[in-house]
Amino acid sequence: MSESLLAALLALLVVPALLAIHAGDLLLATLTLGGYGFAMALTWAALGAVDVAFTEAVVGAGATTVLMLAALLRTTRRRSPLPGRLRWAALLVVGTVGLALGAVTAALPPWGDPDTPAAVHVSPRYLTSAVAETATPNVVTAVLADYRSYDTLIETVVIVTAGLGCWLLLGPRSR
Amino acid sequence: MIERHESVVVTTFVRVLVPLAQLFGLYVLVHGHESPGGGFQAGVILGASYILVALALGREALEERVNERACVALAAGGVLLYVATGAVGFAGTAFLDYAALPGPGSPVRARWLGILLIEIGVALAVAATLVLIFCRLAARDAET
Repeated sequence: MSESLLAALLALLVVPALLAIHAGDLLLATLTLGGYGFAMALTWAALGAVDVAFTEAVVGAGATTVLMLAALLRTTRRRSPLPGRLRWAALLVVGTVGLALGAVTAALPPWGDPDTPAAVHVSPRYLTSAVAETATPNVVTAVLADYRSYDTLIETVVIVTAGLGCWLLLGPRSR
Repeated sequence: MIERHESVVVTTFVRVLVPLAQLFGLYVLVHGHESPGGGFQAGVILGASYILVALALGREALEERVNERACVALAAGGVLLYVATGAVGFAGTAFLDYAALPGPGSPVRARWLGILLIEIGVALAVAATLVLIFCRLAARDAET
């Protein structure tokens, strides 16, 4: 993976993000957010996280965009302007969080460093024994569905609960 | 209200694309052990294929194919399949240890089967949830 390709992909991320923020038409903003999701998926793929890229492509670029478009059909395409005082408060919050994130970025371990806690704790165990224990060559699947199955179970429950919540809030069909 | 698209190119293309997308979704589901993908991605692809039906062929075409109550049952059924697969582990060592699943013989093959079963559960839950939310979002302006 070349550094210049990654830099280009990260630049590609910023463009739709800025467009989405500045678009007055929410339809345009939603579609550019879909483009943002696609650029994000490419970035994950370039970093070698293919499973995450796949999820980002189908959810970030696909499903979320469609659900937001369907929501737009029921509201309005026009953005309501933010009052002046709120704009300054928003700038303050975003600026503070941005500076804080920028400050701690320097403390992150280098990307791909094999000596980080994340890479030396349980990961080697998964990588060396996943095939022998689960007959699953895709270690990501083995971790998600077997070693870390509690997380996946509760995630699924969260998705279904959130979906049923939306369904009930939007009103059952027969009234 | 989402109407049937006027262009015959769009409707014909979607009629061809939807079964292919569903076939690909099933492939992603059962091939998650060997390649990127798995239950979650497969569920979104399967759910999206039905959304595509609604977008191109209109809401009536979607209602002919899916039933909201069935979707609720499928979403809950997916979670139940996951929990039931995990509960078999009580017969062995622990909840969600699939080694005790009957059938395959060896614990390793049993875990492989367990992963497949829970991925099917996740795919059902995700696909049904996605279709449910979309049905509700798309329906309202038709009724009011």
